[in-house]
Amino acid sequence: MNRFTRRDFLKTSGALAATSLSPGCAMEPAAPSRPIGRVIVIGGGYGGATTAKYLRMWSGGSIEVFLIERNAEFISCPLSNLVLGGTKTLSDITRGYGGLRSHGVQVLRDEATAINAEKKKVSLKRNDDLPYDRLIVSPAVDLMYEQIEGYDAEAQKKILTAWKAGPETVALRQQLEAMRDGGVFVVSIPRSPYRCPPGPYERACQVAFYFKQAKPRSKVIILDANEDVVSKPALFKAAWNDLYKGIIEYRNNSEVKALDAHAMAVKTDFDTIKGDVLNVLPPMRAGDIARSAGLMTGNTRWCGVDWLTMESLAHKSIHVLGDATLSAPAMPKSGHMANNHGKLAAAAIVELMNGRAPDPQPVIANTCYSFVSDKEVIHVASVHRYDPAQKTLTVVPGASGVSSGRSELEGIYGWAWGQNIWSDMLG
Amino acid sequence: MIRPLLVAALASAATVFASPVSAQGTDPNLGRHLSAACANCHGTNGVSQQGMPNLAGQQQTYLAQQMRDFKTGKRPATIMHQLAKGYTDEQIDALAAYFSAQKAR
Repeated sequence: MNRFTRRDFLKTSGALAATSLSPGCAMEPAAPSRPIGRVIVIGGGYGGATTAKYLRMWSGGSIEVFLIERNAEFISCPLSNLVLGGTKTLSDITRGYGGLRSHGVQVLRDEATAINAEKKKVSLKRNDDLPYDRLIVSPAVDLMYEQIEGYDAEAQKKILTAWKAGPETVALRQQLEAMRDGGVFVVSIPRSPYRCPPGPYERACQVAFYFKQAKPRSKVIILDANEDVVSKPALFKAAWNDLYKGIIEYRNNSEVKALDAHAMAVKTDFDTIKGDVLNVLPPMRAGDIARSAGLMTGNTRWCGVDWLTMESLAHKSIHVLGDATLSAPAMPKSGHMANNHGKLAAAAIVELMNGRAPDPQPVIANTCYSFVSDKEVIHVASVHRYDPAQKTLTVVPGASGVSSGRSELEGIYGWAWGQNIWSDMLG
Repeated sequence: MIRPLLVAALASAATVFASPVSAQGTDPNLGRHLSAACANCHGTNGVSQQGMPNLAGQQQTYLAQQMRDFKTGKRPATIMHQLAKGYTDEQIDALAAYFSAQKAR
């Protein structure tokens, strides 16, 4: 076995390692000379970054943690629709990985190419194979472009999803800026479940907000494969009616089956809809590494987990988090939820590595704030508790709900949510 | 007479702590684990960065009372009246004890 030692690590990634090997910030005591175990985390998003930090914090630095992330910085998907609306920039929703390094997390800018569950090691694109005691797989989603006829590599250059925040978010904003007044923006939504249930509806609001200021003769058409608005339906419809009447048009039961990038048109079973800017969101599944590692279970799109530990139902010692999981009942695929999955997994792993049983009744929560304008926000929230009888997390009766109405007060909370959760996962 | 009693008490405490599966409220890390679901909005260990109430270092009785008031609807809120209903009284006490023991920034 190609064992990746701390010495090898120093050799292969000099400057990076030099900062990350400092014994941790004041929150953790100095790491003991022999760690009680090593955890590798694949994916530095809401799920993975949170797990990495909390493993270091809750183990008092006694668990060695590697984080594998292909991007240099974290860019948040939640709140990225504000970049499309024009009230925030990408840098407002970008944070670095320096805080995790100061917790003693060894952050490797790399990509996991394979997982060997038998030998308990991860193959990487740039570094040597890395063995683990426990592995966290937090790859979010990949997009099933092949499910929409005509959505090939060439079409993907012109028709963007911007469903992973980053360069595509900026490029989509530029398409909107370049669009003529009187143009049409089409956003299409796949059947649930998909990443971020309220996201497409919030996006429609943000684009309409921009049109209302800059291009008032323009239109937003929402093509929804679902029977009705999937998240906060009454609140979104009220915002469309009150704020964007004549701009936003909503069509339910309208699944996009094909597109034509030359004609700039999408096709449903009954219609062909032309647009100036198309934003076609294809169906989604757990990220590639989850598929290649055989972590998808049942329906072949998502990964089943034991909700007491987030451990995969397919492979022991591998924990899957966030959007990639086969969701528990009424549990959205959200960044907030992934952060809570990360803490549940970290708590369980710290207990297990210390020879104790994990918490028998974990409680986690979700909050999704959606900006319906530059300042006004609506939320949906729920608390989820482990039910031993059903062996899954279920919503605690009575402990869920939405805003009584959109408000600027929740606008303040919505933006503060971002600052606090980014600090919670990375700071 | 004191000594055997103390030994017995310690022994039973040890048994409880060694098997956190036995019941809610006996897990020494219960407050810490529960508190993590608050940290998204209120900051790690309740140390808020901006825009949300800071929970770290607040008085335990005050925190517990606010959660109970959110739960019953006595204290109006945008969101906390929904979230507070997710916790039992024992869990609220564990949360309040944990946050009150944290250092405010």
